[in-house]
Amino acid sequence: MTCDEAKILLHALLDNELDAGHAREVEAHIATCPTCKAEFAAQQEMKRVLADASLRYSAPATLRARIEASMPQARPQPSRRSVLRGFAMGSAVSALAASGVVAVVLRQDDQQRILSEVVSAHLRSLQAGHLIDVVSTDQHTVKPWFNGKLDVAPPVIDLTAQGFTLVGGRLDYIDARAIGAVVYKRRQHIINLFVSQTASTEHRPPKTQTMQGFNCRRWGERGLNFWAVSDIGNDELAEFVDKFEVAMKANVEG
Amino acid sequence: MPVSDDFQKAQRFREAALPYLDDVYTLARYLLRDASDAEDAVQECYLRALKHFDSYRGPAMKPWLFAILRNVCNAEYARRAHSHAAIEDTPGAADQTPIWQEGDASPETEVLRSRDAGAIRKMIDALAEPFKETFVLREINNLSYREIAEAVGAPVGTVMSRLARARAMLRAAWMAEEEHSK
Ligand SMILES: [Zn+2]
Repeated sequence: MTCDEAKILLHALLDNELDAGHAREVEAHIATCPTCKAEFAAQQEMKRVLADASLRYSAPATLRARIEASMPQARPQPSRRSVLRGFAMGSAVSALAASGVVAVVLRQDDQQRILSEVVSAHLRSLQAGHLIDVVSTDQHTVKPWFNGKLDVAPPVIDLTAQGFTLVGGRLDYIDARAIGAVVYKRRQHIINLFVSQTASTEHRPPKTQTMQGFNCRRWGERGLNFWAVSDIGNDELAEFVDKFEVAMKANVEG
Repeated sequence: MPVSDDFQKAQRFREAALPYLDDVYTLARYLLRDASDAEDAVQECYLRALKHFDSYRGPAMKPWLFAILRNVCNAEYARRAHSHAAIEDTPGAADQTPIWQEGDASPETEVLRSRDAGAIRKMIDALAEPFKETFVLREINNLSYREIAEAVGAPVGTVMSRLARARAMLRAAWMAEEEHSK
């Protein structure tokens, strides 16, 4: 082997890209050639220093959100404009009925906006260092942490035995209001459970919507609104909500 | 129903391609040397990748995304009208330059001092193309030689000589800076 060949092949040796036969040939050359031996050692040293440095970049969460937003969504909602346009084409409708429809459309729109804020908050939380303010798998540590930070502390329920590990809590902002987020893990997937106070005490049964590739299951109970957001499947998220509701009921009654 | 087909395709694409977002973004940062241009290029890359996802047959997602990103970045180079910065698809004169000129000049006993990541990034940024992309794909994105060849559309032999030259240039820059900072 010539030095010219060795000067290129020593990199392949360094990168573990050579088969056993060629590796032996290059090693044999390096063993007998001081120039190539020095070059190999120097490159080995540089590779070691480079491996220790963090040279990767992390994509900003906003970029992730932009890409998600550019993809086809699961259930395209009719926009307010298109509903109104469709409505205007029906001629025999009174103004009173029209305003009623507008109110309904607006309310859906509002929910859609809050859903999108909830999903954004979930995305933000996935950024390094943003997930958890209080790290604990103990509900008796997480629960009091919220006291004084929110008007109503969210129920913090350990579901580890049911397959959803409590990992901590966080303060977040939805609809320009501070809101509690309780964080769970299912395998490597994060579930954010957002909880806010509401004037309505009626029970609203859970309903799943999908946005930007995330499933969001929301429901209302005992004056609280809940949104569970994750990239786990519909079935698993429904299972999470069922287990949570059963455990919360047991907590309240027990 | 077409909407749900599209969604299912997008869902499959998400699962296959989004885990590599940091890798694609890292390559874009090194190729374009600008955070906001890199973001635009990565978004365009994912849009194109989703569009062509039907024709994707594998085997590896990462080199495929990188190949698309490269095309996007080349368009960006053209827009910037810095023709000298464009990545050549065919081996140019630079590929034939002997790689050992810089290496021999350095004393063999010298040991590289550790540098902070920022200083190293700057030195990598300053490497000429097509050596920089080969180096980043290998050393930072952890592609095999074969995968790099796939991503840049060059033979493995060309990848090997580019990598050797890139490392020689980086080491020379490193030594020069240490000399300078003494
Ligand atoms: Zn030699």
